[in-house]
Amino acid sequence: MAAEREPPPLGDARQPELEELEDGEDLFTSTVSTLESSPSSPEPASLPAEDISTNSNGPKPAEIILDDDREDLFAEATEEVSLDSPEREPILSPDPTPAITPVTPTTLVTPRMESKSITAPVIFDRSSEEIEEEANGDVFDIEINVSDPEKVGDGMNAYMAYRVTTKTSLSMFHKNEFSVKRRFSDFLGLHSKLATKYLHVGYIVPPAPEKSIVGMTKVKVGKEDSSSTEFVEKRRAALERYLQRTVKHPTLLQDPDLRQFLESSELPRAVNTQALSGAGILRMVNKAADAVNKMTIKMNESDAWFEEKQQQFENLDQQLRKLHASVEALVCHRKELSANTAAFAKSAAMLGNSEDHTALSRALSQLAEVEEKIDQLHQEQAFADFYVFSELLGDYIRLIAAVKGVLDHRMKCWQKWQDAQVTLQKKREAEAKLQLANKPDKLQQAKDEIKEWETKVQQGERDFEQISKTIRKEVGRFEKERVKDFKAVIIKYLESLVQTQQQLIKYWEAFLPEAKAIS
Amino acid sequence: MEEPLEMPPGEESKPCSLSEELATDPSLQVEISDAVSERDKVKFTVQTKSSLPHFTRPALSVVRQHEDFVWLHDTFSENDEYAGIIIPPAPPRPDFEASREKLQRLGEGNSTLTREEFAKMKQELEGEYLAIFKKTVAMHEVFLQRLAAHPVLRRDHNFYVFLEYDQDLSVRGKNRKELLGGFFRNIVKSADEALITGMSGLKEVDEFFEHERTFLLEYHARVRDTCLKADRVMRSHKSLAEDYIPISVALGSLGTQEVRQLQTSFLKLAELFERLRKLEGRVASDEDLKLSDLLKYYMRDSQAAKDLLYRRLRALADYENANKALDRARMRNKEVKPAEAHQQLCCQHFEQLSASAKQELTDFKSRRISAFRKNLIELAELELKHAKASSLLLRNTLIVLKGDA
Repeated sequence: MAAEREPPPLGDARQPELEELEDGEDLFTSTVSTLESSPSSPEPASLPAEDISTNSNGPKPAEIILDDDREDLFAEATEEVSLDSPEREPILSPDPTPAITPVTPTTLVTPRMESKSITAPVIFDRSSEEIEEEANGDVFDIEINVSDPEKVGDGMNAYMAYRVTTKTSLSMFHKNEFSVKRRFSDFLGLHSKLATKYLHVGYIVPPAPEKSIVGMTKVKVGKEDSSSTEFVEKRRAALERYLQRTVKHPTLLQDPDLRQFLESSELPRAVNTQALSGAGILRMVNKAADAVNKMTIKMNESDAWFEEKQQQFENLDQQLRKLHASVEALVCHRKELSANTAAFAKSAAMLGNSEDHTALSRALSQLAEVEEKIDQLHQEQAFADFYVFSELLGDYIRLIAAVKGVLDHRMKCWQKWQDAQVTLQKKREAEAKLQLANKPDKLQQAKDEIKEWETKVQQGERDFEQISKTIRKEVGRFEKERVKDFKAVIIKYLESLVQTQQQLIKYWEAFLPEAKAIS
Repeated sequence: MEEPLEMPPGEESKPCSLSEELATDPSLQVEISDAVSERDKVKFTVQTKSSLPHFTRPALSVVRQHEDFVWLHDTFSENDEYAGIIIPPAPPRPDFEASREKLQRLGEGNSTLTREEFAKMKQELEGEYLAIFKKTVAMHEVFLQRLAAHPVLRRDHNFYVFLEYDQDLSVRGKNRKELLGGFFRNIVKSADEALITGMSGLKEVDEFFEHERTFLLEYHARVRDTCLKADRVMRSHKSLAEDYIPISVALGSLGTQEVRQLQTSFLKLAELFERLRKLEGRVASDEDLKLSDLLKYYMRDSQAAKDLLYRRLRALADYENANKALDRARMRNKEVKPAEAHQQLCCQHFEQLSASAKQELTDFKSRRISAFRKNLIELAELELKHAKASSLLLRNTLIVLKGDA
C-alpha cells in the first residue's frame, strides 16, 4: 500500500508512530549489547524507509524510485527525537539513525537488521548525519582526483604510482584535504575488500578497472611512445572514475577500508589481486550466474519488480554493448581521419612550395596550415569521443554486470532459504520416525537439530528479505545516478562537438579571403 | 544494372567546375546530356550544337562509350600536327567496381545489421554510386569541351566523326600489335624522361622552357602526392559518416526501451547523429569534388604538359642532329643540299613547336590558377556552410536536452 511508503503525515497520525518509536528505543538499548550475528556486514548505513515492503506491487520499472520522501522522513524523525525523547541523546547522537524509521510494520525483523548500524557509534553517527543532510541533492561533499602517474622502479618490477587527492568537508576524515600515493593493485585490493563485504548482501559495488598485461608490460619495459602514455592516461581516468563512483555510494563511503585507502600514507600490499581484479570478479559473478541459471531455480518470484528489473538490465546491457562497439569504431576512424589530414597538410605545403604563381602558392600554404589545425581538432575530438562517451558506456556495461551479480546473489539467497526449509522438513520427518521407533537418546538430538534448522530457516527468510530490500534501494539509487550520469555525459559530449564545429568555422573563415586573393 | 541518370540543374549537375568556363562559345557547344550504366559499360549521349559549316546539321546527338573517348584522345596525341599542343587528358575509365562490390556485400545478407541500419547503409552506398556516376559523366564532358574550345583541335576531322557519326564507332580494344606498340611507346617515354630530366646532355637555350621544365617536373610529382592524400582524407570522412549509422540506430533503440527520464535524451541524440551523418557525408563529397577531383585533373593535365615538353625536346634533339649532319656533309662536301633541306625542316618544326608550346604553357598556367582559385573558394564556402549547419544543429539539440533536465 502506498501509505506505507510515504512519510507519516503530521498530526494525529503521529501518535502511533511515537509509540513505535519508544519501542524502537528499547530495542536499541537491548540490541546495542546483543548484536545479531549477521553475515559480516560492518556498519552498513542502511538508509531505508521507502522500499521496505516486499509487496508484489513493486514500483513500475519504467519509473525510477526517485524518492525524495527519504529526506522528509529524516527531517521529521529528527524533530521527533529532539522533541520527544531527550533522554536518548546520550545513547544516540541527535541525528536520525536509520533505526528510527522502521515505522512500517510489515516486517517485524527489520528493526533488528537496522540496529546493526550502531556498532561504531561515534564516528559513524556524525558522518551519517552529514551524509543524510546532503542526501537532499545526493551530493556528498567529497571530491577525488587521481593524478600524476609516476613510474616507480625499473624493469619488470616497475609499477605506476598515482596520486589520489581527496578534498572533503566530511568530518569522518581527519583532514579536509589530503593525498596519498597508490598503485593499481591497491585499487584492486580495495575493490576486493568492498566486494567481499557488500556484494552478497545486495549492494552494487562499482567494479574496478580491468587489468591489462600488454599495456602494463609496455610501460614497464620503458617504451616512451604515445601508446603507452595513452594507456597510462586511460588508466588514470578510469581509476578516478572508479573512486568517484565508490565514494558516491553512501554505504561504501563509510567503510573503514575505503577511508584507509584514501587517507593512510602506508597501505599493506594487496596480494592475490590476480584472482580479485575487476575482471576476476566479473568472471566469478558470471560463473555464479551461469551456475544459478543451470540450476533451474524455478524461483517463485512473488515480486514482479525483480523479474522486470532482471529483464530491463538484460536489455540495457545488450543495447549498451552495441552502442559501445559502434562508438569505438568511431574513435578509431576519427583518429585515422586525423592522421590522413596531417599527411594531406604536409603534402599541400609542399605543393604550395612548388607552385610558381605567388598568390596561389601562398593560398596553398595557407590551406596546408588550416588542414594542420583541423588535424589537431580531429585529435581532440577523438579524445572526447573516447574519454567522455566511449568510456562511460564501458563503465556502465561493467556496472550492470555488478547489478546482475547482485540479483543473482539474491537468487542464491532464496535457494539457501528453500534448502533450509527442505532440510527442516526432513529433520521433522526423521524425528517423527524416531518417535515411533522409540529411541529416546536419538530423539533429543533430533529435536535439537529441528531447533537448529528452524533458526536457519528463519535466518534464511530474514536474509532474503533483507537482500531484497537492499537491492530495491540500491537499484533505485543506481538508476538515479545512471540518469544523471548519462545526461551529464551527453551534454558534455555534444558541447565538445559544438566546440569542434565552431573552430572549423573560424579556420575556414580565415582561409576564405586567402583563396579569394588569388589572381 | 540499368540506371538512367537525370541531370538536375544547379551545382550537382556539373560537379567538376572546370567545365563551366568552357561551355560558353556558341559556335560549337558540346555536352553529355544523358548517360546509362549497363553492367560493365557506360553509354554517354553526346549532344552537339554548332553553327560551324562542317556539320551537316546544327544539332547532333550520338551515343558513345568510354573506349571511343580514349580512341579520340590517342588520335590527337599521335598526330604530329598537334605536337605543339597540350592534348587534353583522356577521361579516366568509369570505375564502379568498389562501389558495386560494397553494394553486393551489403546485399549478401550481413546478419549483424538491423533492418534500419541496412536501409541506411544501402541509401549511403547508392548515393555513393550515383556520385561516382555523375563524376565520370563530368570528366568525359570536360574532355570534349576542352577540345571544342581549342582553336586548332576543334577542327580535327576525327573530332567531327566522333561528334557526328551516328553509327557505332566500333573502336575495338587494342589488339596485340597495338599493345606492343604501346609497350614500345613506354620505353620511348623513359628515354623522354631522361631527356627531360636533363640527363641526356641536351642544351636548353630558352630560359622560359628551362624554367617550365624544372617547374613541371616537381609540380607533377607533388600534385600526384597531394591528390593521393586528399583521397584518403575524403575516404576517412566517408567512414566517419558511415559510423554514425549504427550509432544512431543503437541510440534509437535505447531511446525506445529506456526509462522515461532518459528517453528524450537518447531519441534526440539518435536524430542528431542521423543528421550529422548526412552533413558529414556532404563534407566528404564536397572535398571529393572541389579538392580531390581538382588535384586529379591537374595531375593529368600537368602530365600532358610534360608530354608536350618531351615532344619539343625530341624536336630539339632532331634539330641538333640535323645540324651535326649538315656540318658533316659540308665537311665532306657530299649531299649538302639534302642535309640543308633536312636541317631547315627540323629547324622550322622545332621553332613552330616552341612557339606553340609557349602559348600552350602560358594558357595552362592561367587555366590552373583560375581553376584552383574557383575550387578553393568553393571548398571553403561549402566547408563553412556545413560547419555552420552542424553547429546550429548541435546547439539546438543541446538546448532541448538541457531544458529536459
